[in-house]
Amino acid sequence: MQFLWAFIVGGLICVIGQLLMDGAKLTPAHTMSTLVVAGAVADALGIYDPLVKFAGAGATVPITSFGNSLVHGALTELEKEGWIGVITGIFDLTAAGISSAIIFSFLAALVVRPKG
Amino acid sequence: MKRLGRQTWEYDHHPRIIGRATVVGPDEGKGPLSSDFDYIYDNLEIGEKTWEKAERKLLEQASQLALVNANLTKEELHYFVGGDLMNQIISSSFSARQLGVPYLGVFGACSTSMETLALASMIVDSGAGDYVLAGTVSHNCTVEKQFRYPTEYGSQKPPYAQYTVTGSGCGVVSRTGEGPVITKATIGRIMDLGIKDPFNMGAAMAPAAADTIISHFRDTGLEPGYYDLIVTGDLASVGLPITKELLHKEGIPMEQTVFNDCGLMIYDREKQTQVVAGGSGCGCSATVTYGHILNRMQKGDLKRVLVVATGALLSPLSYQQGESIPCIAHAVAIEQEG
Amino acid sequence: MAEQSATGKKKTSSLSMDEKEYKKVAKKYEPPRPILKNCIKAFFVGGTVCLIGQAIQEAFMAGLDMTSKEAASPTVAVMILISVILTCLGVYDKIAQWAGAGTGVPVTGFANSMCSAALEHRAEGLVLGVGANMFKLAGSVIVFGVVAAFIIGIVYAFLGFGGGHL
Repeated sequence: MQFLWAFIVGGLICVIGQLLMDGAKLTPAHTMSTLVVAGAVADALGIYDPLVKFAGAGATVPITSFGNSLVHGALTELEKEGWIGVITGIFDLTAAGISSAIIFSFLAALVVRPKG
Repeated sequence: MKRLGRQTWEYDHHPRIIGRATVVGPDEGKGPLSSDFDYIYDNLEIGEKTWEKAERKLLEQASQLALVNANLTKEELHYFVGGDLMNQIISSSFSARQLGVPYLGVFGACSTSMETLALASMIVDSGAGDYVLAGTVSHNCTVEKQFRYPTEYGSQKPPYAQYTVTGSGCGVVSRTGEGPVITKATIGRIMDLGIKDPFNMGAAMAPAAADTIISHFRDTGLEPGYYDLIVTGDLASVGLPITKELLHKEGIPMEQTVFNDCGLMIYDREKQTQVVAGGSGCGCSATVTYGHILNRMQKGDLKRVLVVATGALLSPLSYQQGESIPCIAHAVAIEQEG
Repeated sequence: MAEQSATGKKKTSSLSMDEKEYKKVAKKYEPPRPILKNCIKAFFVGGTVCLIGQAIQEAFMAGLDMTSKEAASPTVAVMILISVILTCLGVYDKIAQWAGAGTGVPVTGFANSMCSAALEHRAEGLVLGVGANMFKLAGSVIVFGVVAAFIIGIVYAFLGFGGGHL
């Protein structure tokens, strides 16, 4: 059942992105930045975690989940270490995504040329 | 040389295009004008390590072929007037290095083809040089990389986006020899009616095209019907109808002749859907003019043509800083003698 | 020199249209973006990409005995790898032209923005080309995400919620 909701929720988040690009005429960079912040705010309001439980990858795959993870990291560390945790914890959960993107992109650039 | 009206030159000594060449990439080679190009590459890399080197090679090759076509050696050439879309017009500068002739680099964006031809004709007409090469080039990937996004980036293009032509067109101008004559040139001025979207070049450039065409007919006292064909450089499917409406509003009877656009002629928009609204880039008007149009003139199909090359003079930074897009259009009249 | 054409009409030396008027004319000829079609395509492709993510996540959970929380990071890494491979093959941009936000919004879009920039700027060398330009497009996502998270964290700290969520 979660497969169905993953499809629907993931699709809908993408539709929001498409509306930002086509309707509000935002560039892709503006659109993704908006969605990341939206994900962060959604987590701050406590609504993103239930969405993840419900839709699985439909909520964790879109870029909104990046904002969610950043806030999670900050808040978890805030609880553990106090105020300084807000800064030190931000990248805790997103490290995998950023690291793999850097590593794979770098390795790719060593051997592959753009095709145009 | 004479001045006609405000901004039109009339060349008294009949400078003519005695040699020309066009070298294009795969998409242009698959288009409706493929038989008019001298050399077609079937890939974008052209055997080079970077897109920038590939663009340079196109211009170097086209200029060499144009010299061969004109029966000239590099040593006999007096000047090279060139330009392109790259920062600091490096493609032209490096080609000039290879040619080893006195060089004038100009930046007119996509209007460079006619800007260089007008200037080359002026040098020849004034007697300051006997043989002058005018040329320009553009490459799809260098332009995407510099002005928009990395070529493998997955962004969705709007339905009015244009596709930069990969190609170079060059012509050798001289008073002596055989070839179509450059009779007049109208130098354009900057027109900016507030379009800010860098993907909507057609709408940005249309006022410049209209302004130059109006100026040309005002200065010369001619009517559109004098020419068998009037083409704009790269207004494409959005810009051309806008220009037609602007000219209609100003009372210019363009229906007296055939009014088309190189960006629409160089691709088959039905089959080559990646070009969206049509072709653009310095190479667009250059390859269509030096290839297709001059071929038709040679065959006797066309006697008098007005080529109005249009350019958008924005920089990658200017639109990020919220500026609108200033544009320009230069017109050159080419006529077959006899 | 009289500014008259052969037909006797007086020609002005410039277009008699101002910016506002012109924008209206330009808008008339601007083909509208096919919003509905794009949204449908984005929905289906985006949904499919998330479905693939779900399948990968379940595979990690079943195969390596992970909880869904533990499987999240490897799943993201695999999605990124797939996106990088498609970018290298030169097909990602063609799919994205069709799918729009369907490939752009999932983490695949983030990976593509970094990989495409890295590939493109290899021409300028590894340090000044690849290294300096890799985050050209993805940088704003990271910057805004971090700043937003920071502000939210500070607000939470002020309001004394500690680390628990609302």
